[in-house]
Amino acid sequence: MKHFSDLISAIEITNKTNAKIDALVDYLKIAPEKDKLWLITLFTGKRPPRPVKTTLMRQWCLEITGLPEWLFLESYSSVGDLGETIALMLPDPTHHIDKTLSDWMTELKALKSKSDAEKKAYVLHAWSGLQMQERLIFNKLIGGSFRIGVSKKTLVNALSKYSGIDANQLMHSIIGHWDMDTISFNELVNGEHINYDNSKPYPFCLAYSLEKELPELGQPEEWQVEYKWDGIRGQIVKRNNEIFIWSRGEELVTSQFPELVTILQDFKEDFVIDGEILALKDNAVLLFNDLQKRLNRKNVSKKMLEEVPVGFYVYDVLEWNGDDIRTQPLQYRRQLLEQLLSSNSAHDTLVISEIIEFTEWDELDAIRNKAREFNSEGLMLKQKNSPYHTGRKKGDWWKWKVDPLTIDAVMIYAQKGSGRRSSKYTDYTFAVKKDDGLVTVAKAYSGLTDKEITEISRFVNKNAIEKFGPVRTVKPELVFEIAFEGIAFSNRHKSGVALRFPRILRWRRDKSVEEIDTIEQVKLLITNPN
Amino acid sequence: MKLVKFTKKGIYCIPGKFYLDPWLPVEYAIISHGHADHARRGNKFYLCQTDSKAILKHRLGADIHVESLNYNEPKMINGVQVSFFPAGHVIGSAQIRLEYKGFVVVFTGDYKVKNDYITVPFEPIKCHEFITESTFGLPIYNWLSEAQLQQQMYNWVLKNQAHNRTSVFLGYSLGKAQRLMKLMEGVDKMYVHSAIHNLNTAIKDSGIPLPETELLTYDFKKEDVQNRIVILPPGLLGSKLIKKIPNAATAICSGWMQIRGNRRWQSVDAGFAVSDHADWNGLLSAVKATEAEKVYVTHGSQATFSKYLNEIGIPSAEVKTEYGTEEEEAELISEKPISP
Repeated sequence: MKHFSDLISAIEITNKTNAKIDALVDYLKIAPEKDKLWLITLFTGKRPPRPVKTTLMRQWCLEITGLPEWLFLESYSSVGDLGETIALMLPDPTHHIDKTLSDWMTELKALKSKSDAEKKAYVLHAWSGLQMQERLIFNKLIGGSFRIGVSKKTLVNALSKYSGIDANQLMHSIIGHWDMDTISFNELVNGEHINYDNSKPYPFCLAYSLEKELPELGQPEEWQVEYKWDGIRGQIVKRNNEIFIWSRGEELVTSQFPELVTILQDFKEDFVIDGEILALKDNAVLLFNDLQKRLNRKNVSKKMLEEVPVGFYVYDVLEWNGDDIRTQPLQYRRQLLEQLLSSNSAHDTLVISEIIEFTEWDELDAIRNKAREFNSEGLMLKQKNSPYHTGRKKGDWWKWKVDPLTIDAVMIYAQKGSGRRSSKYTDYTFAVKKDDGLVTVAKAYSGLTDKEITEISRFVNKNAIEKFGPVRTVKPELVFEIAFEGIAFSNRHKSGVALRFPRILRWRRDKSVEEIDTIEQVKLLITNPN
Repeated sequence: MKLVKFTKKGIYCIPGKFYLDPWLPVEYAIISHGHADHARRGNKFYLCQTDSKAILKHRLGADIHVESLNYNEPKMINGVQVSFFPAGHVIGSAQIRLEYKGFVVVFTGDYKVKNDYITVPFEPIKCHEFITESTFGLPIYNWLSEAQLQQQMYNWVLKNQAHNRTSVFLGYSLGKAQRLMKLMEGVDKMYVHSAIHNLNTAIKDSGIPLPETELLTYDFKKEDVQNRIVILPPGLLGSKLIKKIPNAATAICSGWMQIRGNRRWQSVDAGFAVSDHADWNGLLSAVKATEAEKVYVTHGSQATFSKYLNEIGIPSAEVKTEYGTEEEEAELISEKPISP
């Protein structure tokens, strides 16, 4: 397992995707066939079920070390990862076991059906025969995520670099159905179990943020204006009765949205369409927060399907009955799209993106400013004669987002991050003034530099008032400008308001806690966002 | 017997009328070692271990009033016998032993139990009261042996050289830098930053030999440094200087690097758990060897460590001090990246 252990060490230390890809390629060059298949399995979330419960592993670790449980928990909260905590606490190994990744995985699979006593004997023997880093990996092989920032896309890019095979085809190959016992690594990457011609997506056309005055774009009638939606940009590929849904991250997400697949099966035509996956209920777009509940689940329950139904707002059509029509003008593609959707009865789920009617440029600003009211994040401006470009190209497509709302709030709680951020206080809770005290309005964790986070962590260490598990109450002193995309009244929040996508815009070192907003001022933003 | 008390200004010896590592200015300060959180400016008189004297003058000013004692060389101050014993933390670091009418208190300052072959090794002392640090007072901190550590770092340098990369180690100037020099002695030519170089000069001038290094000058030639070893203070991470080093592979050297999350936090190329503090077992063995009837736990995991000591039958209490602003962080603040 030394090679695999080296791979993990090399990947975990870097945050550069290219360095991760290089490390993966180096591994693929030397790893045995079967280990490569296991690598793909582990990094695509297809791992076998956990053979040993974490509570047992914890208990055995305490037995070996003779330490009290509270001390284990204290250590765990410092490390932020159970497998790693155990690996760090165990005594030095007494011997050295050398097995391949697939040997370990085969044994662990077989362990599932064994008795607890047999499991214990096996795990303890492994623990005493592995160095710290290998022990950590062994614990991770039993269960849990490596949290080393290797997405399916990164893995696919590495496989592509190693094999020379197109990355999207590899994505389809590794996501498709295959069985480790009947397929070889070469058969898998060559896609012998799939028909890539049916799933092949096109690169997305992306827009830049508007950077000029509207009149500079030309005549209003040359432009198609639509709402901009904040869901998951997706491409639906339907060819020869097979349906594939690709996300903009070039991942296949078909199985996550069964209701879309059902609707699409009713269409006779073959096509490739571009649009936005959104949570849709009663013809209204729900918040991204709602859509999030549907993402990255292995199985979508019936309850989930009812609670957060998903739809697809269609922006464009790229392929029509086998013909690539991306070079045709947008106007033409739009007509085809209207024809396609009006001839099929899927209007609630597959919805054509509405065109905003306007005659003068200066009408648009007011429309944009209202977009937030129905969860749109602004406008899209598209040149009517434009082709469907490959990637991001300036000039034909512009996005024009609503300005974020902002408030000044004070930090009152801080919590350590996880994974790469487990050593610093990175998650903060903010409050505004209410009567003579403070009331929590938002939690946010992004938008600061590493240096600022280090500085804030030091402040938290010095100014922690109380401990609640991993959370520290801190002296209300540091003021931040919080930006968010929307705000609504809420009964579930103590403050009476819910902010959408709160994030730290900047640290207001120039402001004191006396100068932060009051809850009344915050509520005014709901009735009068401007 | 109450020989010391914990005050706003620092640890105070009542009959001796002096302070140990005070954090506010006092009349008479006895200093355990030269790190910024233990040896502060503004005291009227300083007393330290002989090897620390040059370091203190270098850091706090040549005009300070400082006296020094060798290890195990007693001095009577107002009826209290004061002596220094090796703490193994950095060059010149000492545990401060106080004896008054047969009652003995030992204050560790910072210490490590393991021999690093450049600092006089830690020596356990029996006492009635023991005041110990607890920087790494959690059972997840267990250091590799010096030989294992050396092997890891050596392999890393070789791998870097195979990829035509320069190995840059980050470690604070007093202690860590000299230790890294010792660990990497003979592997390849070593360049050090001027902050480290100046300190090295002060140490060598006081008669302590150090491995051979070159000063990384302001206008160093890239081809000289390429593929070699460079040792810099951690504050220089992300600085122009580091960017000027050709094909730099950067490693942070600190006990905190034991945890994956910490290694990944800084976005460097490697993290080595090289610490000048005692690890969990080191702390426990040091405490047990004192046979103290009371253990005071200062900076670090004081709450956790003292709770554990009480549970295993060693009466203990946590003490709030102002130590433990990590030296590396202190350097980050005070020694702003010196540009080039």
